[in-house]
Amino acid sequence: MPAPIRLRELIRTIRTARTQAEEREMIQKECAAIRSSFREEDNTYRCRNVAKLLYMHMLGYPAHFGQLECLKLIASQKFTDKRIGYLGAMLLLDERQDVHLLMTNCIKNDLNHSTQYVQGLALCTLGCMGSSEMCRDLAGEVEKLLKTSNSYLRKKAALCAVHVIRKVPELMEMFLPATKNLLSEKNHGVLHTSVVLLTEMCERSPDMLLHFRKLVPQLVRILKNLIMSGYSPEHDVSGISDPFLQVRILRLLRILGRSDDDSSEAMNDILAQVATNTETSKNVGNAILYETVLTIMDIKSESGLRVLAINILGRFLLNNDKNIRYVALTSLLKTVQTDHNAVQRHRSTIVDCLKDLDVSIKRRAMELSFALVNGNNIRGMMKELLYFLDSCDPEFKADCASGVFLAAEKYAPSKRWHIDTIMRVLTTAGSYVRDDSVPNLIQLITNSVEMHAYTVQRLYKALLDDISQQPLVQVSSWCIGEYGDLLVSGQCEEEEPIQVTEDEVLDVLEGLLVSNLSTPVTRGYSLTAIMKLSTRFSSVNRIKKVVSIYGSSIDVELQQRAVEYNALFKKYDHMRSALLERMPIMEKTASNGPTEIVQTNGETEPSVPDTKLPPLITQPANQANDLLDLLGGNDVVPVIQTTLPTKPASAGGELLDLLGDLSLSAIPPMTAYNKNGLKIEFTFERANPNPNIAVITIHATNTTEADMTEFVFQAAVPKTFQLQLLSPSSNIVPALNQGSVTQVIRVLNPQKQQLRMRVKLTYTHKGSPVQDLAEVNNFPPQSWQ
Amino acid sequence: MHFLLLFSRQGKLRLQKWFTPVPEREKKKIVRDMTTMVLGRKPRSCNFLHWKDLKIVYKKYASLYFCCGLDAEENELLALEVLHRYVELLDKYFGNVCELDIIFNFEKAYFILDEFLLGGEVQETSKQVLSRSIEASDMLQEVCFGRSCLLSVLSIIFSVVL
Repeated sequence: MPAPIRLRELIRTIRTARTQAEEREMIQKECAAIRSSFREEDNTYRCRNVAKLLYMHMLGYPAHFGQLECLKLIASQKFTDKRIGYLGAMLLLDERQDVHLLMTNCIKNDLNHSTQYVQGLALCTLGCMGSSEMCRDLAGEVEKLLKTSNSYLRKKAALCAVHVIRKVPELMEMFLPATKNLLSEKNHGVLHTSVVLLTEMCERSPDMLLHFRKLVPQLVRILKNLIMSGYSPEHDVSGISDPFLQVRILRLLRILGRSDDDSSEAMNDILAQVATNTETSKNVGNAILYETVLTIMDIKSESGLRVLAINILGRFLLNNDKNIRYVALTSLLKTVQTDHNAVQRHRSTIVDCLKDLDVSIKRRAMELSFALVNGNNIRGMMKELLYFLDSCDPEFKADCASGVFLAAEKYAPSKRWHIDTIMRVLTTAGSYVRDDSVPNLIQLITNSVEMHAYTVQRLYKALLDDISQQPLVQVSSWCIGEYGDLLVSGQCEEEEPIQVTEDEVLDVLEGLLVSNLSTPVTRGYSLTAIMKLSTRFSSVNRIKKVVSIYGSSIDVELQQRAVEYNALFKKYDHMRSALLERMPIMEKTASNGPTEIVQTNGETEPSVPDTKLPPLITQPANQANDLLDLLGGNDVVPVIQTTLPTKPASAGGELLDLLGDLSLSAIPPMTAYNKNGLKIEFTFERANPNPNIAVITIHATNTTEADMTEFVFQAAVPKTFQLQLLSPSSNIVPALNQGSVTQVIRVLNPQKQQLRMRVKLTYTHKGSPVQDLAEVNNFPPQSWQ
Repeated sequence: MHFLLLFSRQGKLRLQKWFTPVPEREKKKIVRDMTTMVLGRKPRSCNFLHWKDLKIVYKKYASLYFCCGLDAEENELLALEVLHRYVELLDKYFGNVCELDIIFNFEKAYFILDEFLLGGEVQETSKQVLSRSIEASDMLQEVCFGRSCLLSVLSIIFSVVL
């Protein structure tokens, strides 16, 4: 068997292939040779063969048959073999294959090898692709190496530990003792990797964070030395001493100083120093400044420092380097909520960035511009944004249009301006507007009562020009259907009324029906609009004809509509005018969480007062006793509660009750509890048909920045009442009022006594359990009378 | 850092380093996406992109594109410095490095990368220390090879003599 060809030879040969097919042939031939060589268990050339295999793998060819060979190479004593073996393992194996576990023993041996470069290989491989099982088995070895005095190994062990912690977070505790004097190292490599390790630990565990907070002074000192020390040839990058280490320290300081006043104060000086002294002519200096700004904005820094940070970002915006501008816009976006006024000062520069040639910068500038729009600058900003909408790439148009609509809705100085802005968007970017904008716009137009004539006129004119943009066409046809009478009567206050006849209007709408440009949805809109005009126009016969034609349309939706409208003309003509009346003003529904209507999901209400409440106690008995003890006395009844949260009742219940008891809204809601960011509101209904049952729905919301998990609401009432708690909607109260937990309480009050309640709340907030008791006595009289 | 890729102007992959476990098919897809996105960028655009929830940082050095994928908290400007440092290391090792060096000596490019980054993080910030480690490892390889070569030569001599 001739010696297998060398790696470089193979590479040269493969590169001479002129076609893909030729290359594939060469590779297949070589793979066959390699396979037979592997079968012969040839130790001498195994390394060479695996290296060739790795090359072919990089070209995209399968190389799985080399996996075991990599393991054999790793087990070899030769350093060359180990090097290629470990490389092969990192490239060909991953934790999805069971084969990788066979490496564990080899790695363990190599971690204890006499040569540090072999130990280094093992640490590197473990730190790059070690699976959770491997990490568990070898964590002890890594920990040992973390304490060694050999800086070459120590730095690798630190990063390997980072990987272990990422894979198996429970092992974090194990590395704690070894971190004791990591920061007193002089070696930059070890310092850098130690800071990375500390960062990882602090990010994952609040306890570690508390523990390591005491390192802040030491970190500040190290950073100071880096800045103040003279030129150090070993770590210098364009005049800055070890920027990699500086940035990592700044990042760790950010995590340690977040939400802690003392630590933040200890860092103020050094941050100011870095911010003012760093050389900004090259990218490396700006990288450090960028990290500094992020840190200043995230910790509890004093306002002077924050202003300094925003000004740095402002300077970044004027930098010639695109990357710097991009990074500035991204950071400003993050800070615009908290430091709105400071960012506003740079508004004009930001708006200029809308005209930048770079796509990424334009996108960021657009997002930031929308964030900066407020009541004062709306007119100016909208002008710029609409100009941007006209000229920007299609990929931006949808987002920009949505942004314009939102901003206009929030800050429109007048209704006319609002309508004009919408018109502008629909006519310039009409086809990119999101589908859900159409109903929103329709609602907006409906609610601007005095602008109806103006709106329909403008939309009509737009329709005459262009019927290709579907959202525009849909909104226009809806409006013409609604307000066609205003259009024809020529009564427009805002601008010169146009003269248009009923036939012209119907021509336009019929044109939409037949046009190739109209989507089925649009056709539906126009057919309905034509139908609505039958009560507003006098040319009813024409409309009847159109509607009957579409009764045999191929499009099922159109056909159905036409048939129904036909029926309306023929059999139900007396109802037609009522049905096609002007739409009332629509309320925007604040839909969040289940409705307050009684959940008629099969639970029989009439039987509740008769039967004993079923024993649904799934909590341990002592908890119920605790509640009794805490509440004291004999006049309370233990709570009965289901513990598992289930989805609230379906909408079927709602529908039934829409037609039901109209006195539902008579009882005003009340706030039962409001402490530590947790607010619980009670809303009331009377259960129909039993008036003795008050149905209370609790809504729990959370204004703090952390979620409240494992939230449990318990209640107890005096003996004369009976109480039933249904399942809660969930047991997590999301932070910052992003949602609420609702739960229904049914209170039977046959003796019509004044309702009193004791509530007990338990939840976990920011890692610690919280418990509170409260009395609720402020029930409105209507709830129990 | 999640991954580091090197590819040519024609989209041929020259080096791929993955710091998170990714299935083989997913790797191929990511490489395809990266090459398409990066090669499709206009010449004077900024070096940052967004892809899924990662920040992509890329830089062109001669005929090679260096492309890495970062987490949201990582510093993009520093990532550019990391890429630059890697190029400097390659340059020092190969002496005026060019794409061919990396093609024909890809395993050495990997060895250098493995001394510079571990688990996606920088392990050594000093160029000199790093170069010395690489040299020492290479020497170890030579010694190893030399020793076995010497042994085989000696054994041939002995077998001839005896």
